[in-house]
Amino acid sequence: MNILVCIKQVPDTKIIKINPKTNTLDRSSAPAILNPYDAHAVQEAVRLKEVHGGKVTVLSMGPPQAKVAIKKCVEIGADEGYLISDRRFAGADTLATSYALYKAIQKLMDEQGIDLVLCGKHAIDGDTGQVGPGIARRMEIPPLTNVIKVEEVDLKEKRMKVRRKIEDGYELIQSELPCLLTVEKEINDVAYSPLPNMIKAARYNPIVWTVDDLDDVDIKQLGLKGSPTIVGKMWPPEKSAGAEMIDGDVKKQAKALVEHMLEKRELFEVKGGEKV
Amino acid sequence: MNMEEYRGVWVFIEQRNGELVDVGLELLGAGRDLADKLEVDLCGILLGHNVKDRAKDLFEYGADKVYVIDDPILELYRTETYMKAVGDLVRKYKPEIFLYGATANGKDLASAVATEVMTGLTADTTLLDVNLDKRLFEASRPAFGGNIMATILCKKHRPQMATVRPKVMKKADPQPGREGELIEESISVQEENLKTKVIDIVRDTNKAVNLEEADIIVAAGKGIKDEKGWKMVEELADVLNATVGASRDVVEMGICGHEHQVGQTGATVTPKLYIAIGISGAVQHVVGMQNSELIIAINTDPDAAIFNASHYGVVADAFEIVPLLTEEFRKVLQSGAEEGGVAHV
Ligand SMILES: Cc1cc2nc3c(=O)[nH]c(=O)nc-3n(C[C@H](O)[C@H](O)[C@H](O)COP(=O)(O)OP(=O)(O)OC[C@H]3O[C@@H](n4cnc5c(N)ncnc54)[C@H](O)[C@@H]3O)c2cc1C
Ligand SMILES: Nc1ncnc2c1ncn2[C@@H]1O[C@H](COP(=O)(O)O)[C@@H](O)[C@H]1O
Repeated sequence: MNILVCIKQVPDTKIIKINPKTNTLDRSSAPAILNPYDAHAVQEAVRLKEVHGGKVTVLSMGPPQAKVAIKKCVEIGADEGYLISDRRFAGADTLATSYALYKAIQKLMDEQGIDLVLCGKHAIDGDTGQVGPGIARRMEIPPLTNVIKVEEVDLKEKRMKVRRKIEDGYELIQSELPCLLTVEKEINDVAYSPLPNMIKAARYNPIVWTVDDLDDVDIKQLGLKGSPTIVGKMWPPEKSAGAEMIDGDVKKQAKALVEHMLEKRELFEVKGGEKV
Repeated sequence: MNMEEYRGVWVFIEQRNGELVDVGLELLGAGRDLADKLEVDLCGILLGHNVKDRAKDLFEYGADKVYVIDDPILELYRTETYMKAVGDLVRKYKPEIFLYGATANGKDLASAVATEVMTGLTADTTLLDVNLDKRLFEASRPAFGGNIMATILCKKHRPQMATVRPKVMKKADPQPGREGELIEESISVQEENLKTKVIDIVRDTNKAVNLEEADIIVAAGKGIKDEKGWKMVEELADVLNATVGASRDVVEMGICGHEHQVGQTGATVTPKLYIAIGISGAVQHVVGMQNSELIIAINTDPDAAIFNASHYGVVADAFEIVPLLTEEFRKVLQSGAEEGGVAHV
């Protein structure tokens, strides 16, 4: 079973700072990490490979530094990693990103065959979750989003069953292979990397492709040019003025809080009319 | 692309088991404003099986037109059928703006349709407007873990699409008897040509921890210490009919499951009321709840950061004040009339 995992290097959004003068992100303030959801996707691919054999390949689009994220995937257990990196890819929104990744996937598909594509649920910098379904649409394979469990893989019949998380539970869905899954964190725990993987990763050098290495690329669909969306303005979210503090003894505080909660009276089924 | 041909504001109406999901009605509320500004029709897109009757609800909530495809093959959501059906409608009727609820299926569908019709899509928006001079849709959203707000524009492609978080927009008051135009369309897909099949849906109705759609959340942090503290919080939640949330530390202590977690690596929530009990207010927690309408914090530490993100705060020991709140509220609910409560059932 050959599995391809799309992975992205992202700034660690929990420590990123905003430049207050320009209202833009100060990327240098945040270390770049492997998108956490993608780590789970790689882990799941490695787990499936252990059961069904085959190969795990990771693919990323990004600047040359993104090699570090690919090496991290090799630590988790990926066999091979490709980075597509080229100025002409830069500035891509989700539509242009899915196009570029799709072009690389097509080439890998021709070279080695792919039974399954995995993506993270979303990337923590863009938070969109749009790239996975976009790739699936381009490949004309089903996207199964928000997957929390792979129930069954039947390579003979070329199909698999997964659990998809939905708002009020989950659904069990069956799909033909190849298909594309986007995974939630619940799907697995990312294991500590075994030493041999660490050694392999340290020495590993991902394969880098430019636009020219891909076949039949429509340059107009790449990067900034190929992106229908653009960022208009950015501004810092309003900070609330801080809480109005309620003093007094705890009974008084409780009473006051209840009153404030009743500002949202419509939320509560306060019985009126009929006296109790 | 001739952009002049694209007119009208569309809302995808999600249904589960034939019941309309709230976010669709909320988006009709928001879409109504956009449509009025642009002086165009507001249209609902309703797909499913035996759902046609629900169109009249959509008119009452503000839709001028409803496009319906009622077909057994659409009974359960599948990307491949819904994407095809919606893609065909877009190509035929050409809307300029198209909104979807940012639910699991809404996001899945919007992403697939954006690629299908090759247009821009902005995810998880919380603020919608139009620039009338340029006739451009302005879709804004928190970006980078909530550190910044960004307005996303789609200048040269139509429709301009966005997913919108549930509970952010407001439903209009329904106008009973309000009518509109029902347009029925069909889908030509054969089951045997499809690649996916929904085998089962397991609805966790009893103890569904549906934080994203909750109106009231009572959230526990490490300050509640242990299972006993958690129980105390659950009791308050019970009386309020609230969903219980938690900080990551509480999840990591094994007191509750990850499905309760609010924050950057948990759920992003926008309830009308959020009560934070024994939560310090780390940024990773705050980005997940800061857009709640009314936030109340209880903490023993007067300098806790959570107070900066709250509307009301008390410096108090949770173990003293929470049981009092539970008791006090129980009384209020039972004697609303005496308190001057407005009837609401
Ligand atoms: C990558 C990453 C992702 C993260 N994602 C999340 C996330 O999604 N969600 C999340 O919540 N956190 C997340 N965190 C963790 C976050 O940084 C904080 O560690 C966490 O939110 C703290 O939880 P807490 O407020 O419950 O605990 P603490 O910070 O320990 O706070 C406990 C609070 O309880 C108060 N207290 C103590 N006793 C009482 C009492 N008797 N009555 C009242 N108050 C009392 C204390 O004064 C204190 O303020 C993440 C961290 C990282 C690194
Ligand atoms: N530049 C990229 N390179 C490789 N994979 C990506 C890239 N951007 C997004 N992805 C994949 O698509 C998923 C969703 O990303 P997003 O739609 O940006 O939230 C990620 O978890 C990755 O699996």
